[in-house]
Amino acid sequence: MSSRKKAGGRPLLSPRLRALALVLPLLLFILATFVAPLAEMFRRSVHDPLVADALPETVAALRGWDQLSPPGDAAYEALARELQEVRAENRARVGQVGRRLNRVESGMATLVATTARELAAAPGASAREKLIGIDAEWGTVDKWFAIQSAGQRFTTRYYLNALDLDRRPGQGVVRQEENRRIYLLLLSRTLWVSLGITALCLLLGYPVAHLISHARPERQNLLLALVLVPFWTSLLVRTTSWIVLLQNEGLVNDMLVGFGLIADDGRLALVYNMIGTFVAMTHVLLPFMVLPLYSVMRSIPAVHMKAAASLGASPFRAFWRVYWPQTLSGVGAGGLLVFILAIGFYITPALVGGASGELISNKIAQHMQTSPLNRELASALGVLLLAGVGALYVVYDRLVGVDKMKLG
Amino acid sequence: MDQDATRSNRPYVEFAGVCKSYDGRSMVVTDLDLEVRKGEFLTLLGPSGSGKTTCLMMLAGFETPTKGVIRIGGRSVQALPPRKRGIGMVFQNYALFPHMTVGRNLAFPLEVRGIGKTEQRERVRRALRLVRLQGLEDRNPGQLSGGQQQRVAIARALVFEPGLVLMDEPLGALDRQLREEMQYEIRRIHQSLGVTIVYVTHDQEEAMVLSDRVAVLRGGQVEQVAEPEALYEEPQRSFVARFIGENNRLHGRVASVKDDICKVETGDEVIRALRVADLREGDETTLSIRPERVAVQPEPGLYSNELDASIEDMTFLGDHLRIRLGVCGGTDFIAKIPNVVGHGAVLEGDRIRIGWTPTDCRALNVDDEKDA
Repeated sequence: MSSRKKAGGRPLLSPRLRALALVLPLLLFILATFVAPLAEMFRRSVHDPLVADALPETVAALRGWDQLSPPGDAAYEALARELQEVRAENRARVGQVGRRLNRVESGMATLVATTARELAAAPGASAREKLIGIDAEWGTVDKWFAIQSAGQRFTTRYYLNALDLDRRPGQGVVRQEENRRIYLLLLSRTLWVSLGITALCLLLGYPVAHLISHARPERQNLLLALVLVPFWTSLLVRTTSWIVLLQNEGLVNDMLVGFGLIADDGRLALVYNMIGTFVAMTHVLLPFMVLPLYSVMRSIPAVHMKAAASLGASPFRAFWRVYWPQTLSGVGAGGLLVFILAIGFYITPALVGGASGELISNKIAQHMQTSPLNRELASALGVLLLAGVGALYVVYDRLVGVDKMKLG
Repeated sequence: MDQDATRSNRPYVEFAGVCKSYDGRSMVVTDLDLEVRKGEFLTLLGPSGSGKTTCLMMLAGFETPTKGVIRIGGRSVQALPPRKRGIGMVFQNYALFPHMTVGRNLAFPLEVRGIGKTEQRERVRRALRLVRLQGLEDRNPGQLSGGQQQRVAIARALVFEPGLVLMDEPLGALDRQLREEMQYEIRRIHQSLGVTIVYVTHDQEEAMVLSDRVAVLRGGQVEQVAEPEALYEEPQRSFVARFIGENNRLHGRVASVKDDICKVETGDEVIRALRVADLREGDETTLSIRPERVAVQPEPGLYSNELDASIEDMTFLGDHLRIRLGVCGGTDFIAKIPNVVGHGAVLEGDRIRIGWTPTDCRALNVDDEKDA
């Protein structure tokens, strides 16, 4: 694009450059708050150099190890030397290394800490004798496997863990032991719960949107406002009010006991479980279903139903053949919106979900915030979630067509 | 084709004492009586607010009369919802279902009636041929022009062969040329099918082209029901005279009455008129004279009514001359004379004589000049 010239003869910034300059702040903002964190999440899920940086020689010595019997002397010597170096340089780092190793093999944290402390004064002629002298575990394959595994700079271990898989020495990739399989269950539960909540929101929201779109114009504004008012209240407040309503001594149980429908000592557990998650999340996400539906319904001419009736259709048939198909784009938009929001929901399940109502996002948050931290695993889970949603989006696009959606 | 054989004089559709009020206070339709014969094309004509659409909606079943009875085929339809009345309806904005093809739109009423797929296809084909849109089964309504959409809407209302078809100003959204084309299409379809049609419009020319009979409505009541020619030549009410075609109106008072003729005093003149309304000496009246019945510079003594007039202006319109005259104190008197040799003699500003016969001058009820 050529630049225009002012009367004085100097060219102005070309329109393209000007447009870019206006968009630049937003672009930088999105890069900083969206693209960069996502890139970091991807990196974190595969890049774990902590052990490799702390014990480089040990890791090098373990290269090519067959994992079937304890490694050669070179490994023992390298470990002994490096552990002491690390301890001398920075005591806290020993703990870090230990905890990182602990992810692969339970007990490593204590083992490494103890070993590092006692090495200086340990009896024994060779490093091997010293180490095994401190703890016989140094003579087993498992502990060395942990070092080899954790010593890899780039690893697929976190993705494996996220799918309830693991690598065992000499066995390759295997399923985790029964009591450690949690993530697949959580991922599948999150998926089904989100689908269920989407379905429930559709069931409840469709009639509401229909009512609003057919109300008198003065009423419509009021009804819409009522749908939107909850957004003025903090999400935390809305969620915790459900606790007040659903808890054992809450309003719902009190009412049921008062009407004699249940016994006083047979109160229903309505919160801190899946019911709590379902109820509270549906409540919070309902407006996201109502609004796109309303917007689509508004554009359906009322005369269509009259035409269908004049052609002989019963009210049900007229709805199913004429009205419902024309609302599908709203159903799709609202459904997709609610589903994507539900699948990543964190606060509500955390507050009212208890254990059975826990979703994958709660686990991700736990690995990010609660000790023992495992931000790498959290990242892997996040990437899986993103990939899952992305895949569903592609399927949805193929089936329905994203360009047919109307968000309002 | 002997059309009388397919039509009967028993009323097929009947409005008996029908009243409609939405709020319980003001009446939209008052004491309406109307009969539609089987096979006839009847138009409800009137200005907005005349109640014509309300009547159509009550006939269809989308509104219920506050009082009175509506009968189709001799049976009251009070308790019947629209889908059970056996009517086909064409709406102003077509109301074609956008998510279905033309073929599916047309097949819809057939599906609802449980008609088999092969029969459906055949009937759809025939319906499209009727409206001259063969082969367009697989198009989407959005791909059609306005005229085509309206034809599909008409085809859809006819495909299941209803006994009664209602049309609510279906040509309102079309441009003039298309509207005229579609008027002839609708007329042709009616003549080929012979189905009873009740049509609503505010366009009197449209009503005249299409209808066997026209019911002129105003303020929720029927002013007159008659064939188009009768409405034009023999209006019974001043509103009808004013609404249909052009007419001249003179106000006056009845001086005397003898049989059919009454003498009416208007301004300085005394005019002999045909007594159409129930008038007595001393009553006020509005006289209605069609512009083409006004003779300009007639032979003296030829017409019982002869008045002085001044020519305000003249317009040459090819096949006729339109002269605006000042008569009896007013300046809106119109005379239309065909373009025949010999009428170049009058010029603007001239004072001339005009005349008309008593039969061409109808003494009607006083016109309140509302609902233009």
